[in-house]
Amino acid sequence: MPETVLADTAAQAVEPKLKRTALLGGRIPLARLRDLALVPAIVVIAVVGQIVNPVFLQADNLINVLQTMSEMALLVLAQTMILIVKKMDLSLESTMGLAPGVAAWLVVPTGAGHGLGLLPGGWAIPVTLAVGVLVGVINSLLIIRFGLNGFIVTLGMLIVLRGILTGISGGQTFFQLPQSMLYPGTAEWFGMPASIWICLILFAAAIVVLGWTSFGRSLYAIGGNVDAAKAAGIRTDRVLWIVIVTGSVLAALAGLLLSGRLASVASAQGNGYIFTVFAAAVIGGISLNGGKGTMFGAFCGILLLFMIQNVLTLAGVPAQWIGALNGLIILVALAISRITGGKVQE
Amino acid sequence: MSDGERAVTPAPAPANDGRAPAAPPVVEAAGIVKRFGPTVALNGARITIRPGETHALVGRNGAGKSTLVSVLTGLHAPDEGTVTFGGEPAPRLSERDAWRQRVACVYQKSTIIPTLTVAENLFLNRHHHGRGRLISWPGVRRRAQELLTTWSVDVDPQAPAGDLSVEQRQFVEIARALSFGARFIILDEPTAQLDAAAINRLFDRIRDLQRQGVTFLFISHHLQEVYEICDMVTVFRDARHIVTAPVAELPRTELVAAMTGEAAADRLEERASTLDAKATAALAVTGLNSEAFEDVTFRIGAGEIVGLAGAAGSGRTEVAETVVGLRAADGGGVEIAGRRPRPGSVPAALAAGAGFVPQDRHHQGFVPDMSIADNATLSVPKRLGKNGFLNRGRRDRLAEGMIEHLAIKTPGPDLPVSALSGGNQQKVVMARALADDPRLLVLINPTAGVDVRSKEFLLGKVEETAQTGTGVLIASDELDDLRMCDRVLVMFQGRVTTEIARGWHDHDLVAAMEGVDLNA
Repeated sequence: MPETVLADTAAQAVEPKLKRTALLGGRIPLARLRDLALVPAIVVIAVVGQIVNPVFLQADNLINVLQTMSEMALLVLAQTMILIVKKMDLSLESTMGLAPGVAAWLVVPTGAGHGLGLLPGGWAIPVTLAVGVLVGVINSLLIIRFGLNGFIVTLGMLIVLRGILTGISGGQTFFQLPQSMLYPGTAEWFGMPASIWICLILFAAAIVVLGWTSFGRSLYAIGGNVDAAKAAGIRTDRVLWIVIVTGSVLAALAGLLLSGRLASVASAQGNGYIFTVFAAAVIGGISLNGGKGTMFGAFCGILLLFMIQNVLTLAGVPAQWIGALNGLIILVALAISRITGGKVQE
Repeated sequence: MSDGERAVTPAPAPANDGRAPAAPPVVEAAGIVKRFGPTVALNGARITIRPGETHALVGRNGAGKSTLVSVLTGLHAPDEGTVTFGGEPAPRLSERDAWRQRVACVYQKSTIIPTLTVAENLFLNRHHHGRGRLISWPGVRRRAQELLTTWSVDVDPQAPAGDLSVEQRQFVEIARALSFGARFIILDEPTAQLDAAAINRLFDRIRDLQRQGVTFLFISHHLQEVYEICDMVTVFRDARHIVTAPVAELPRTELVAAMTGEAAADRLEERASTLDAKATAALAVTGLNSEAFEDVTFRIGAGEIVGLAGAAGSGRTEVAETVVGLRAADGGGVEIAGRRPRPGSVPAALAAGAGFVPQDRHHQGFVPDMSIADNATLSVPKRLGKNGFLNRGRRDRLAEGMIEHLAIKTPGPDLPVSALSGGNQQKVVMARALADDPRLLVLINPTAGVDVRSKEFLLGKVEETAQTGTGVLIASDELDDLRMCDRVLVMFQGRVTTEIARGWHDHDLVAAMEGVDLNA
């Protein structure tokens, strides 16, 4: 047992402790530094990328990386919040396809594919977000209100939602999307695609909320020890509802950005994304046991994965091998974070 | 027996002037009845705690201490009776803040969040907000530092709370309680996980805070701690209030008598010893060491029944689990029926001839949804068939023999164990322990949560087994389990301190388990 502090030996006992947990005169605790653990890795990849192909660090390429990752980054953002409260939501990837899919189904005029043309184009974005809210409410109802196992509930939802999208689209792809749906994925604000701005702004907001508001801290409290959180007066169920519904809305938004960028909604949109999302979150230092990790870490996780993919592509690795390498990268990154984090991941 | 309570006039005096008898009690509970289903956890219980005193609450397991704590902290509403704080009725259960300003409890189970820093734990959900309604972390840290300094708790507010020792965590929880304005703190067995030096520091802290006007309710299994730190003591037994008296006026013998109850005191059972001194010893433990116990040495002869008594945390369970290989000792040897099984290996211990009834049958005893037959034969797959294949017929015959032998009430061997009553479940566990005709039978709390008749039956079976020349080790704090033992070894804080031959009085054994010397 680490014995400390008899009153008279307190000074000596505390001194070395401070050195262990903080640097720079105590202003930066080591816990904070762990959030920055991936930054060196990102720098290394950037240097390697530049050596492999001088195109890598050019603005166009970097913007390309950021834009392709922006949709999945939003899923990571959503999943991170949900993991911090010690839940998980597998259905995010299906929500990402279904939400814009339903909007397209209702808006796209008849004759072109499976569209019904029931609503004018301006309704597309509200409908997309509403579907996100609805999915979140159903998930929360089953998990929080009825106390069902979150993993299985969202696994079921993943399959159901994917099936609904396949059903309404007849397994085909919606084209001829209205202008309003194309806008978020294609517009440029201040010389950068809007989806990058949206992604960065949401991450910045999430960093602030999780780090500097009582609501955000209550997420960590709930994930760390839900009974203690209740005892501290946190309305845990309400926080969980908000987190799960917000997660689904973010997934719907991610779907909107992707549909806009591709000018279509495929019936398989988002299929298989959830694995990369989990990998990015865990690499970024989010604990699957809840209560641990930061939004900044999660962002670094997804950024690192996409940068490595980009470097591989630039290095001319055949596309057929990218999948295998992706999996390998995830395993190596996990092993590295196990070594640097020092704790067993569960 | 002297009842040390003074008459209380419920005068709504706001003053908190030390121990003047005129001040209303910090907390008073009267006529508390609390039922959980058919069990009555508290039956007309009462307690009165005056300002500035340190009040001990003692009683054996199941006396109702924990239930009283949950009533006093507003976690449960009593079915009958009233709770008042400083003469005023207790707030409604939903008003958590109001409760927190009156009373706080430091539980054995931590209520801090290990992944957050100490500072954040202290100010959870009431962070210091700076400009723009965002949390000001420097502000939170500063206030945490101030709070810890005020109550002289030497802990780095920026350290992750998960890194704290048990002792530091308790200090942090006490400081947090005080910061809500509570000046009445319940310590639920605070010393259970502390070593002697840490206990002393905790007591210094309690005395310090007492001088600053904090009132404590101290719950402990260790009576000498009560005499060391407390002013008043209240004894509960069987969900009832037995006595409240100043500690100085209640001798140890009387305190122990109040805890055990006179009625049960002299119930002794005669049993002819079945010890066969000539046969190989069933168990020989020499110089066993680990984190939980030190230098444990004893022998159990063939046919002998030996009890291993001790309070929770005394190391008795750990010793028994080490014997059967659930734990590996750091040093020392275990010899079962003349053979030395590989340490830390349950199969090796079973092969050497041990049978085992684990501490918690739900946790380690059986697989609830598997049938009685499967559970009872789980440890003897070799007898069920060849090459890893099971012969169902042979399994059922074996199980039917056990069901008959142990009088398990069931329509047949195929019933899942979860469908049985507690007593019959324990019989299945016992059946498994006996399945291979063990030379040594190790039982941990064998009658926990078992009805009286099954209890007698199970203990009768143990005696029967001993008659066949099997050595028996019973690790328990339940006096009824220990009564038939040829001798009882008492453990206290990891050491075997006393050996008591058959024919003991409850007083003697309880005193030894609590580490009290009645002759002192």
